[in-house]
Amino acid sequence: MGRVPPQTVTQKILAAHAGKEFVEPGELVSAKVDVLLANDITAPLAIREFERIGVQVFDPAAVVMVPDHFTPNKDIKSAEQAKVVRDFARRHGLPNYYEVGRMGIEHCLLPEQGLVVPGDVIIGADSHTCTYGALGAFATGVGSTDLAAAMALGETWFKVPESLKFVFAGRPGPWVGGKDLILYAIGQIGVEGALYCAMEFTGPVIDGLSMDGRFTICNMAVEAGAKNGIIPPDEKTEAYVQGRGQRPYKLFKSDPDAAYKKVYKYDVTDLEPCVAFPHSPDNVRPVSEAGDVKIDQVVIGSCTNGRLEDLRVAAKVLGGRQVHKDVRLIIIPCTQEIYRQALKEGLIETFIAAGAAVSTPTCGPCLGGHMGVLAKGERAVATTNRNFIGRMGHPESEVYLANPAVAAASAIAGWIVSPEGVR
Amino acid sequence: MLEGRVFKFGDNIDTDLIIPARYLNTSDPAELARHCMENVDPTFASRVRPGDIIVAGTNFGCGSSREHAPVAIKAAGVACVVARSFARIFYRNAFNVGLPILECAETDNIPAGSRLQVDLTNGRIRVVDSGQEYQARPVPPFMQEIVAAEGLIPYVKARLGK
Ligand code: SF4
Repeated sequence: MGRVPPQTVTQKILAAHAGKEFVEPGELVSAKVDVLLANDITAPLAIREFERIGVQVFDPAAVVMVPDHFTPNKDIKSAEQAKVVRDFARRHGLPNYYEVGRMGIEHCLLPEQGLVVPGDVIIGADSHTCTYGALGAFATGVGSTDLAAAMALGETWFKVPESLKFVFAGRPGPWVGGKDLILYAIGQIGVEGALYCAMEFTGPVIDGLSMDGRFTICNMAVEAGAKNGIIPPDEKTEAYVQGRGQRPYKLFKSDPDAAYKKVYKYDVTDLEPCVAFPHSPDNVRPVSEAGDVKIDQVVIGSCTNGRLEDLRVAAKVLGGRQVHKDVRLIIIPCTQEIYRQALKEGLIETFIAAGAAVSTPTCGPCLGGHMGVLAKGERAVATTNRNFIGRMGHPESEVYLANPAVAAASAIAGWIVSPEGVR
Repeated sequence: MLEGRVFKFGDNIDTDLIIPARYLNTSDPAELARHCMENVDPTFASRVRPGDIIVAGTNFGCGSSREHAPVAIKAAGVACVVARSFARIFYRNAFNVGLPILECAETDNIPAGSRLQVDLTNGRIRVVDSGQEYQARPVPPFMQEIVAAEGLIPYVKARLGK
């Protein structure tokens, strides 16, 4: 038997799901999928296409549907869309349909509920499906029609991506988190810097990050054009999945001599919190160079930074302080579990005392859907992942992407500042 | 052979420019078409005619996975999109919904408003007035199979013998 050539973690997972020992970047493979995901925007299209095929779902337990974008429904049209999803879930007996009141933003909910585990291949009709790479899984976004076909077949085709390796070293400063690492990397390579590639994140700084911070990093891989983001699993990954993983998991790691298209090494010792200016996630500046940006709204939430650690950081900055009189601060815990935990820890109390609006989990403002849409000329600081033109409302509004500490500090100051800048 | 008038766009035309999320509470193609490209050119939807061609720079369709983006473009009557490169989810989605797209390195040289001929089978692109020709990257064999089946769903149906 010949020796298997060295492979990256991404290659190994795809190979295992394609029934092969080795796959090569550029190779087209048909791979089994463990989990398929859709939301209230993308599921109706997928369902329509799926019903044209006229078969049963290959495995009801593998199909997860989460109404999170326009829910709790903001108008009649979005209620009709959500109903299409709910009816389908009932008709096909999908055990993993999450209703309002028990749901969360999909990319926070699936790992939390143990629906996705290390070593999985996951496709989702949502571009931020790449978030689950933080568990050492291969996860990528697809369209609704791709999803419909996979719901019938239990497999889909992939072009095996080349991998880019990002090694983070050094000692990050106190307010620097996963968001700053990924914004910095995107600022360096640009929004098409990882087009069609896997972004593999490693190094001592990644080792030191919590799972929450790791999810934030992989979440934004798509903002650099990547097919997937991935962090090879370690003890922290295992500790996270134990007790919640609903299926057996497998830990894949890159071989030391695996081939990379490119290796980027960043020393982040002097890295400041980063801010992505309008209208592109790669338009990144250190917060100290933000200048005088007066703001109207701050949003802390989303599948990027709405997790418990993010809320704790925000509460630390907001504790005993008041939101600036000209600013609306909206805070959205990203799952019901996190909402409850934040209540127990007194974080919600801190937010409301500071003058913030706190909401049940929803994507809402992140995509300019509801719950905080911007008017013409307004500016927002958001812990979300996209600041495209019109992303949060009027085409002439502006979104500045930042971490939860900077977002909270800016809400107090009324302009973009680092937490050190608030009295 | 396709022939149509060129509408030109720049680099990184993202899915929020193609179809703003505020209109995603529907998946009706005709309604999506009415708002196609609204955030970058509010007059596009009223000016575009069946058969017209979008020519753009790099990373066309970046951002969200919303299939509403190629659906909106197709429903607006656009026959084909030629770009220097596409974001990968958009690339898959376009084929899956039956919107042909081609990658061509020289889109900068194709003038806005010109008439363009596109041969999908071999990737040849010709500017009618000047006679200038360009070669686009041929569609990968796997995608050709899906296109030949007229989209992913018929392709899957055939595979399942439905
Ligand atoms: S929070 Fe924003 S980026 Fe995340 S899934 Fe929802 S709309 Fe998409």
